[in-house]
Amino acid sequence: MTTSGTYVPRPGAAPLSRMIAAQAALETKMLLRNGEQLLLTVVIPALLLVLFGSVDIVDTGEGEAVDFLAPGVLALAVMSTAFTGQAIATGFERRYGVLKRLAVSPLPRWGLMAAKTLSVLVTEVLQVVLLTVIAFAMGWSPHGNPFAVLLLLVLGTAAFSGLGLLMAGTLKAEATLAAANLVFLLLLVGGGVVVPLDKFPDAAQGVLGLLPIAALSDGLRDVLQHGAAMPWADLGILAVWAVLGLGAAAKFFRWE
Amino acid sequence: MRCEPVVRIQALVKRYGTKTAVDGLDLVAREGVTAVLGPNGAGKTTTVETCEGYRKPDSGTVRVLGLDPVGQSAELRPRVGVMLQSGGVYSGARADEMLRHVAKLHAHPLDVDALIERLGLGGCGRTTYRRLSGGQQQRLALAMAVVGRPELVFLDEPTAGLDPQARRATWDLVRDLRADGVSIILTTHYMDEAEQLADDVAIIDAGRVIAQGTPEELCRGGAENTLRFTGRPALDVGSLLKALPADSTAVELTPGVYRVTGKVDPQLLATVTSWCAQHGVMPDRIAVERHTLEDVFLELTGKELRS
Repeated sequence: MTTSGTYVPRPGAAPLSRMIAAQAALETKMLLRNGEQLLLTVVIPALLLVLFGSVDIVDTGEGEAVDFLAPGVLALAVMSTAFTGQAIATGFERRYGVLKRLAVSPLPRWGLMAAKTLSVLVTEVLQVVLLTVIAFAMGWSPHGNPFAVLLLLVLGTAAFSGLGLLMAGTLKAEATLAAANLVFLLLLVGGGVVVPLDKFPDAAQGVLGLLPIAALSDGLRDVLQHGAAMPWADLGILAVWAVLGLGAAAKFFRWE
Repeated sequence: MRCEPVVRIQALVKRYGTKTAVDGLDLVAREGVTAVLGPNGAGKTTTVETCEGYRKPDSGTVRVLGLDPVGQSAELRPRVGVMLQSGGVYSGARADEMLRHVAKLHAHPLDVDALIERLGLGGCGRTTYRRLSGGQQQRLALAMAVVGRPELVFLDEPTAGLDPQARRATWDLVRDLRADGVSIILTTHYMDEAEQLADDVAIIDAGRVIAQGTPEELCRGGAENTLRFTGRPALDVGSLLKALPADSTAVELTPGVYRVTGKVDPQLLATVTSWCAQHGVMPDRIAVERHTLEDVFLELTGKELRS
């Protein structure tokens, strides 16, 4: 038999950094190509900022409405990408055997998780840039320590990623789709994003304040609106959620 | 050829709850193409998925290219290509995009454009995975299994549901891979596929290998071949039997239909026709039925493969 030698074995994994970069690029591309995901991560936060900032729907307390809204909408953006978007995308990747197929590729599992995290962070940077530009156009005047803001965003991302992956790795893809959207909606209303928590009854406030979205929006507001140095209580709440969420996801996540 | 087998499975047991999927299975696959045949639920996929590192054996050992698929997965994964039965691709990804991605995970991948051309995936254009036809999805899965230039490829039902042309293209690729020194383990429902492609066939039933050998060995090893002819009813079968070699049989299956079994060779054919001439019998129809893998399979398992 004649052979061209085209398929003569020459196995080998690509360098780790190249694999992770390629994986992160593909995941980001898939997310940006998906209309529903874009609606969730870009359109809804931007729309809420513009709508609630220009029309007096909710009493946001003293000062410019945008100074109250911008931190909440940034928190919402983090939640939409790290939690809702990631849960839905990963749930369907699991359902369609993408995770199964990647598990036998040279990319190690931790490399896949690193790539997912990278993809979430890249998306968040795009969201933050867009929302910041809109907020500035609406007369936003942020204060505070940028490092505290960064720390809040990172811890918030960790907390929401853990919860999103836990959902994606344990529920059916359709259940994840429904639940992730429902949770997004409930936390949008009840998590201090656009409606101040003090509009709720006292008993509810105590519980709602412990939610990761409330901790993130409250912490961001403390720093960006009121110039607080380091919102330790909110950081603590987010850290607990991050440890619980990521720990449970690591334990219960099923790849198939 | 190296003598170390590409896959060595010893006394593999795998249970799901109370159901035993694989029950003390032994299998040695050497270089070349090994086909794993078996009815649904025989344990084919469980066995292959254990080799791929997806399942951990309850007991027994599995070595692929001399490595433990679970414990030495990082070392093994770059050297092995896997084609899943279905899925494995982002629903929003295009065929070329996904193939290019898998290629990027490897150090020395094949030329992606040439592979796309070769498997007829060039026409997929900007179509995303979920809108590709079943055949296109399958060829993409095959391409993903080979693009990293592996030493060993696992193909799970590679041509199930393909049209004849796509099926031949897949077979041609398997032959080229083999010629270039890639070893292939394939599970299949198609006997002709095993006969056409495999150097070695392992038949699995109820979680065990019940027969293994080259297609020729298996066909010889089962029941003997048969010769069938039709003539007048109620011929003297006893007299025919006397003319035949000692280990032959001759029966009238239904009135006028006769079956001779034994070592069916030109000599036996001549014996039967000269016996007919002596007895003034004109055999309207005479056929030598070569034993196929399908017959062997049916005899061994009592099951139709394509049921």
